[in-house]
Amino acid sequence: MSSSMKITLNVWRQASPSDAGRMVKYELDNVSEHMSFLEMLDVLNEQLIGKGELPVSFDHDCREGICGSCGFVINGVPHGPRRGTTVCQLHMREFKSGDELFLEPWRAAAFPVVKDLVVNRSAFDRIIQAGGFVSIPTGSAPDGNAIPVAKKDSDRAMSAATCIGCGACVAACPNASASLFTSAKVSHLGLLPQGQPERYDRAVKMVNQAKEEGFGGCTNIGLCEAVCPKNISLENIARMNRDFTVGAWTYREAAAEGGAA
Amino acid sequence: MSATASSLARVSRFYEAPVGKKVVMAVTGLVLVGFVLGHMAGNLQIYLPAGADGVYAIDRYGALLHASEELLWGARLVLLASVGLHIWSAIQLATAANAARPVRYVRHSNLNSSYASRTMYWSGPIVGLFIVYHLLHFTTGTVHPDYKYLSVHDNVVKGFSVWYASAFYIVAMSLLCLHLYHGVWSMFQSLGFNHPRYTPRLQFGAKAFAFLIAAGNISIPLAVLTGLVK
Repeated sequence: MSSSMKITLNVWRQASPSDAGRMVKYELDNVSEHMSFLEMLDVLNEQLIGKGELPVSFDHDCREGICGSCGFVINGVPHGPRRGTTVCQLHMREFKSGDELFLEPWRAAAFPVVKDLVVNRSAFDRIIQAGGFVSIPTGSAPDGNAIPVAKKDSDRAMSAATCIGCGACVAACPNASASLFTSAKVSHLGLLPQGQPERYDRAVKMVNQAKEEGFGGCTNIGLCEAVCPKNISLENIARMNRDFTVGAWTYREAAAEGGAA
Repeated sequence: MSATASSLARVSRFYEAPVGKKVVMAVTGLVLVGFVLGHMAGNLQIYLPAGADGVYAIDRYGALLHASEELLWGARLVLLASVGLHIWSAIQLATAANAARPVRYVRHSNLNSSYASRTMYWSGPIVGLFIVYHLLHFTTGTVHPDYKYLSVHDNVVKGFSVWYASAFYIVAMSLLCLHLYHGVWSMFQSLGFNHPRYTPRLQFGAKAFAFLIAAGNISIPLAVLTGLVK
């Protein structure tokens, strides 16, 4: 049997990117503890539509915690109080009846609000694009063990590769820095043999793109790591700093573009 | 050169990126941490008694440091350059961070982050102002009640006998403790060193170092105010 909870929500409502936006209060009486947080918002939206009001916009897709679409800030914490998970995998049993919650979108100049709790995260795509290509030949599949990879390197590369690009690290950072995201993307290729040829250039280009997008610098506070739904480690940021420093100081002009004279 | 090559040349400019600025913060921070340790170790000689010739150990030490004006000014210039670069990078990083979050959150949470790490932009400037006061107090003697060049022991005792001067020193050293508590391990992270085995030890070491520096430095005005050193 599920107990019925009473939840007060203060939700950021912003009609468009140019709208100033404001917090609006909603009361929900029949919240089941088994609902996910997004299901609770679905119920709120059904009620709003029934009253002829605009529903609260929020991003979501898989609702399995793996796609990176969802996410907003609950009482100052991106993805809410449960560690190592996204807001779609957060359930109302984490809260108690009578709780008052404040829902806000990711706050960063590089993540402009599209509507309500939806922000534009294209800046992340451009950081990945700036990283450029990886030297992996296409064609028939290589032999399984043709390229040896040390276990500790594959562990760390795979751990970095679990980053789903949700943006919680930026939202949590007092500097709105994208360092944890960028470093995860730098590390998951930079730790593997296939990623070595472009390793240092990639770090330089991605770090620079993050700056161009208007993200702040890292001051090693660690809130990003604390809220990351995939528990990406701060160690990746140190790797990125090292690769960027080496890349920036050892940079050479290419003799010609694309290998042609 | 094509557009791609020139854009790479542009991005390779080290200092323009926040990571480059943080490396500058770390390297200059390391210089200043080294100075802070040496400065405290030297100053603790205030507790040593006068020799047979009636000259205090710390006065002899002061004369030693002033033995060569060239070396003294060489060291001072390195320190001034470090402080200048440290402050300049910090201002640029803080400006970028402010611009990166134009709309504040209604609700805040600090989770597991340390108070020291979140207040670096406060502890730093206040310690910076303290350094200016400290130089006017004990180096130039401008704000000292009765300053005599190279009479280190007497200058310290007379300077710290003014209770509000001592109070400011104690506050400033507490803030320096906060600054080092985060800064001393943070500089390794900025320089790209992080390892699951060593980083927790570094963080512990940074805290121990911060408390050691604060305790050693704060003990001197307290010793003067309580009459232990006179």
